[in-house]
Amino acid sequence: MAKVSKKKVSRKSVRKSSTVTEKIAEVKPDVVYDDGDDEFLSKEDGNISSEEEEEEEDGKDGKDERKRQKLLEAISALGGKRQKKLGERSEAAVLMSEFTVNAEGEGDKIDLSDLIGSMEKTSAVPAKTKKQLKNLQHTNKTIECPLSKQESERIQRDVAFRKASTEVTRWKDIIKQNQRAEQLVFPLDKEPTGPRPMERMVTGWKAQTPLEQEIFALLSANKQPINDPILTPAEEASMRAMSLEEAKIRRAELQKARALQSYYEAKTRRERKIKSKKYHKVQNKAKRKEFLKKFEEMVKTDPAAALEELSKIELARMQERMSLKHQNSGKWAKSKVIMAKYDEGARKAMQQQLEVNKELTQKLVTSLNKEEEEEEAVDEEVLPDFVNDAEQRLDSSNPWMRGKLSEDPAEKELSENMDLITEGPGAVGNPAEEEEDEEEVVETEEETLLREFDSRRKWRQAHEEMEEKEPQVPEQEEEEGPQVPEQEEEEGPQVPEQEEEEGPQAPEQEEEEEPQVPEQEEEEEPQVPEQEEEEEPQVPEQEEEELSAIGEGIADSSGEAEMPEGAADSCHTNPSAQLEEGLLRIRTLEDMELLSQQEPAPDEAPAEPPATDKPPSVTPQADKTRKRKRGIELKEVLTKETKVIKVPLAPTIEDTEDTEDKLDQRGLIKEAFAGDDVVSDFLKDKRKQEDAAKPQVVDLTLPGWGEWGGTNLKPSRNKRRRFRIKTAPPPPRRDQCLPSIIVSEKRNSSISLHQVNSLPFPFQNHAQFESTIRAPLGRTWNTEQTVRKISKPKVVTQLGAIIEPMSREELMKDKKQVSTGSTSHVDSWKRKR
Amino acid sequence: MKVKVLSRNPDDYVRETKLDIQRVPRNYDPSLHPFEVSREYTRALNATKLERVFAKPFLASLDGHRDGVNCLAKHTTNLSTLFSGSCDGEVKVWNLTKRECVRTLQAHEGFVRGMVVRYCGTSFFTVGDDKTIKQWKIEAPAYGEEEEPLNTILGKTVFTGLDHHRKEGVFATCGQQVDVWDEQRSSPIRSFTWGVDSFSAVRFNPVETELLASCASDRSIVLYDMREPAPLKKVIMTMRSNTVCWNPMEAYYFTCSNEDYNLYTYDMRYLDKPITVHMDHVSAVLDLDYSPTGKEFVSASFDKTIRIFPKDGGHSREVYHTKRMQHVICIKWSADNKYILSGSDEMNIRLWKANAAEKLGVLAPRERQAANYSQKLKEKYQHHPQIKRIANHRHLPKIIYHQTREQRVMKEARRKKERNVRKHSRPGTVPVVSEKEKHVVTVVK
Repeated sequence: MAKVSKKKVSRKSVRKSSTVTEKIAEVKPDVVYDDGDDEFLSKEDGNISSEEEEEEEDGKDGKDERKRQKLLEAISALGGKRQKKLGERSEAAVLMSEFTVNAEGEGDKIDLSDLIGSMEKTSAVPAKTKKQLKNLQHTNKTIECPLSKQESERIQRDVAFRKASTEVTRWKDIIKQNQRAEQLVFPLDKEPTGPRPMERMVTGWKAQTPLEQEIFALLSANKQPINDPILTPAEEASMRAMSLEEAKIRRAELQKARALQSYYEAKTRRERKIKSKKYHKVQNKAKRKEFLKKFEEMVKTDPAAALEELSKIELARMQERMSLKHQNSGKWAKSKVIMAKYDEGARKAMQQQLEVNKELTQKLVTSLNKEEEEEEAVDEEVLPDFVNDAEQRLDSSNPWMRGKLSEDPAEKELSENMDLITEGPGAVGNPAEEEEDEEEVVETEEETLLREFDSRRKWRQAHEEMEEKEPQVPEQEEEEGPQVPEQEEEEGPQVPEQEEEEGPQAPEQEEEEEPQVPEQEEEEEPQVPEQEEEEEPQVPEQEEEELSAIGEGIADSSGEAEMPEGAADSCHTNPSAQLEEGLLRIRTLEDMELLSQQEPAPDEAPAEPPATDKPPSVTPQADKTRKRKRGIELKEVLTKETKVIKVPLAPTIEDTEDTEDKLDQRGLIKEAFAGDDVVSDFLKDKRKQEDAAKPQVVDLTLPGWGEWGGTNLKPSRNKRRRFRIKTAPPPPRRDQCLPSIIVSEKRNSSISLHQVNSLPFPFQNHAQFESTIRAPLGRTWNTEQTVRKISKPKVVTQLGAIIEPMSREELMKDKKQVSTGSTSHVDSWKRKR
Repeated sequence: MKVKVLSRNPDDYVRETKLDIQRVPRNYDPSLHPFEVSREYTRALNATKLERVFAKPFLASLDGHRDGVNCLAKHTTNLSTLFSGSCDGEVKVWNLTKRECVRTLQAHEGFVRGMVVRYCGTSFFTVGDDKTIKQWKIEAPAYGEEEEPLNTILGKTVFTGLDHHRKEGVFATCGQQVDVWDEQRSSPIRSFTWGVDSFSAVRFNPVETELLASCASDRSIVLYDMREPAPLKKVIMTMRSNTVCWNPMEAYYFTCSNEDYNLYTYDMRYLDKPITVHMDHVSAVLDLDYSPTGKEFVSASFDKTIRIFPKDGGHSREVYHTKRMQHVICIKWSADNKYILSGSDEMNIRLWKANAAEKLGVLAPRERQAANYSQKLKEKYQHHPQIKRIANHRHLPKIIYHQTREQRVMKEARRKKERNVRKHSRPGTVPVVSEKEKHVVTVVK
C-alpha cells in the first residue's frame, strides 16, 4: 500500500493527495459525510510530510525480507557509491526486483522539494495548491490512529438511526391529522365517490341495451359528441368561422368596455364612500334641479316622455307614502325619542325628518295638470295659508262617514278617534274655518253622542275583563261593588266568595284607579266633550293594564302599578295634547313631549290640492274649497301617519270582540273550580317549606353545671343565652323572588346515585362537562341532518374489505398538498413585496 | 262571519311509499323539551345494558391440529383463508367462512416457528426447528401430486421467527442473528448481530417498509434498517419481550409484549421511555397484533385470556376467555377489522368478534343509524356511575380474578414501601420514578 502511494507521489502530487484522503475515509467514517474542502486540506497537511515514516512503518510489519533489502539500499546510498542495478527477472537469481520493469533511478530517494520544483514549471497547477504544498514541507504532524471497531460501528449506527428517524418523522403530520380526524373511513385509498367526469365514464363503457344503442346511433347520426362532449362539430365550425382580426377587434372592444365600466364603478364607489352628509345633500339638490330643468324642457319638446316621467315621480311619491321611511318609526327615531326630552337637537332632527316626509309625499304640480285645473291653481294662489290648515283639520275626520249612522262599529271606532283629534284644535281653531264647517256641525253633534255610547261600552267591556282576570283582587271589587251595580249583576255568580279573604296578592294599582272609576260612572249622563277627551285615553290605558296583568301574572302586578299613574298624569298635564289618528297610546311623559313636537308639523306643511281627483261638481269654481273639504283626501285617509314608537304591549280594540268568548270560558272554569283555592294552598305549602328550611336554634344548656341542679330548677337565663347557638342564616332561597315556584334545594340521595360526582378526565371544568351533557343527540331534539352529523362513528370500516397498511402514496399526497400550500404562500409573499 | 279552516298540503304528511317512515312534524324548540337529558340518560342506560346482553364474542373454534398451535398467518389478499402451524411441524390452511380445514401439510420436523404469506398472496414461507426455510404454494397440489415446497433454504442455525417485506421479494428471519433474505438467493443479503445469541421475533414495519424490529433474549428490542449494514438502536428493558408489532397506520409506533405481564408502546425515535404501558394481564404476554385501523391491538397471554387494548389506553377495553382455552400462544386481527383469531396450547384456533356486541352482517340503514346513535349515547354518558358500572363489568375466571387482586395488593404494597422510604430519607435521594421509566434499563446506541 505504502509503496503504491509512494509511486503515485513520484508521478502526480495532486492525485496522491486524493488517494490519501481515501485512506482516511476508510478509517474515519465521520469524514465521509462532511467533505468540506478546508478540512480536506488540513488533513492532508500532516499526511504528505509523514509519508516516509509511514512507509517505513508499513515495511516493518510487512516482509522482513524487503526491509532488509531496503536497509541495504539505504546503506549503499549513504556510501555515495552507486550499486549495480538489479537486472530484469529473466533467470533465477538471488537479488531480483519484485517488478519486472526497472525504471531509471529507481533506487533514488525522492524529496518533496524535487516535486515542487517540477510543479513550478507546469502552469496547470493552481497557485493555491503550490502554496499549500510549500507549507507542507515545513509541517511535521502524524496521522491519527484509526478508531476501534466498536467505536466506529457505534458511530455508523448512530448515523443510520438518525437518518431513519428523520425519515420516519415525515409521517408526523399524517398521523396527527388522522388522530384528530372526526371520522376515518377504512380502507384509506378508496376511490372517491360522487360524480365522475363524463369522459372517464364513457371511455370504458359500451352501449349494450337496445335503447342505449339507439341513442348512440342517434347521437352519431347527428354528429353529436360522444367521447369528448365539449363541442359539437357545428360549434367547432362556428368557432373556426370567426377570423383572427374579427376576434381581435371584438376583444379590444370588450376590453375597452370593461375598462370604462371599471372606471365608472370606481368613480361611483368613491362617491358612495363619501360620508359627508352635506356633500350628498348638495349633490341631491343639484340632481333634482337638473332633473326639473330637464323635465321642463321635456314638457315642451316631448310631452309623452314627460308624462311618463311624471308617472314615475308619482310612483316614487306613492312608494314613499307606503314605506316607513321618514316616519319616525325606525331605530334612529326611537333613540331620538328618548333623547328628545333633554335635547333640543334631537327634537329638531325629528322635526326635520317629518318635513322631509311631507316634502316627499307632496304632489308635484306641473304644467301638465295646470291645464286641467288652471282655475284651481289661480284660486290657490289667492287663498291664504290658513285655508290649508282648516282644510286639513276638516279632512282628518273621515269624509265617508259624515252623517251616516248605519256603519260598522269597527269603522266607527276608527272615525271616532279621528273626530276627537279634530275637536281639540277645532275649539281653538281659526274663525274662517268654522264658517266653512257649518254643515258639519250638526253631524258632529250626532257623532259625539255616538262616540259617547261607544266609549262607554268599551270602557265597560274593559272593566269586565279586568275583573275576571283578577279573581284574587276582591278588595277592589268589594269597594267597587256598590258603585257599579250593573257590572256586579253581570258577574254576580262568577265571582267566588273565598277571594275576599285573600290579601297579600292584591295589587295597589287597583286602588289608584278607584277614584277614577266612580267619577266616570257618575258622569255618565251629562257628557261634556272636554271630559270625554280626558277619559278617552284612559280607557285603552286600563285595557292595557289588564292585558299586561294577564301576561305577567300576579307577581308583577305590584311593579306595574306605577305605569297608569304616569299615564294619567300625562293626560292631566297636557289636556290640549292633540291625539293622532290610529290606535295611539300615551304612556309616559316622554311620549307626551313627542306629541307636542309633532303637533305643529301638519300646520307647517301646506296641503296640496288634489291633482287627479275629479268629483262631479256642478260649480267647480264656486264650490272649490268646499269640494276640497268634502272630497276624499287620499292623503288624509290612506297615508300612514307619522307615528310615535309603539310599546310592545299593544292592546287592540278588535280583541274586545273575543273577550266575550273568553269571559264565557273563564267563567266556566271558575265555576268548575269554585270549591278549591289552589293558589292559597300553594302559598301555604311554600311558606311551610320555607319555615322548615330556616335554621333552628340549638339549645345546649345542661342543668346543673355551674349551678344548682334539681327538680323545679331552671338553668339561669344567662347560661341559657350562653349555650344557645344560633346558626348563620342560610343563603337566600332560589325561589325567593319567584312567587309561583317552589325550588327544593335538598340533595336527593336516589338521584345522586346516578350523578357524576367527580369531573371526568378530559374536561377542564364543570361547565364544560355540563354543556356536553346538556346538548341532546337524538332525533327527538335535533333535525335529521344534525343527528346524522352528530352520531357519525369515529371509525368506519367496510364489510369484507381488506384494510391495507398506510402506504407511501399517502405521504406523497400529503406532501403535494403541503407543497401547493407553500407555493401559494410564497406567491402571496412575493406579491406582498 | 269568518270561518277558519285548516288546510294542509298533503305532501307535508303523506309518505311517498308505504316503506317510508311516517313523517312526524316536530317542533325542536328546546323550551318544549325540558327533559331531554334525563330521557337520553335512560336511553344510554338501556343501550349500555343491551350492549352487555348482546356481547357474545366467541364465534367458532377450529380444531384439527394434533399439537399446540404455535403460529398463525393471515392471507394477504383473501379474508377467509388462515394458515396455522403447530408444534408438531404441521401446517393447516383453513377456510374461515366454512370453518373447516382445507389443506394440511407436514412442513417441518419439530415446531413450525414462523409463518408468513408473501405480499402477493401466491405463496407462503415457513421456518421450523429443523433449520430450514420453506416456501410453499398457496394452492393445494393437484390430485396425485406430492406436497412439495417451492423452495427450501437450509440454514446453519434454528430460525425462530419470520416476516416478509410488504412490497418486495425480501424476507427476514431471526434466530441467532437477524437475517434479511432475497427470495432468489440461498444466502442472506444482510445479517445483523449485536452481541446477543438469540432473537425471538422479527417484524417489518408495514409503513416504512425498510425498517425492522426484533426482540432479543438479552431483554432488548433492536431496530434495523434493511439498507444499512449495522442495526440502528436497541433498548434494554427489565424483562424479556416476546413479540413486537408495528402500528400499521402510524409509522413510528410499535408495541411489544413483555414477560412482565405488560405491553409497551414505543415511539421508535425516542426509545428511552415507552409512550404507554398497557397493563391488565396477569401473566406473560406471548403475542400481539394490531388492528388494521391502527386504533387498537389485541394481546394473547399465558394467563389464558385475550385482551383488547386501545393503542393509547393503559388498560384493556375487553377481555375474552373461555373455560377450555389454555395458554394463548398466537393471535391475529383479521384484515377487515372485524374478527380476532387466536391459537392456543390446547390445539384449537378460535374465532372471536373484535367488537363483542356488534351485529355481524349487513345492516339496514336505519339499523346502522340506531347503532351509531346508541354508540354516541354510550360515549356521552360513559362517566355516569351507573352506566360506567354496567359498561365496564366483565366476568373473569376465578383464578385470574384472584391473581388480579393479588397483584393489585402487591403493587400497592410496593408503592407504599417506596413512599415510606422516600419519606424517611433525605429529600432528593429517592426520586420518583414514573411507571413508564421503571421498565427501561438502558438505550444502547
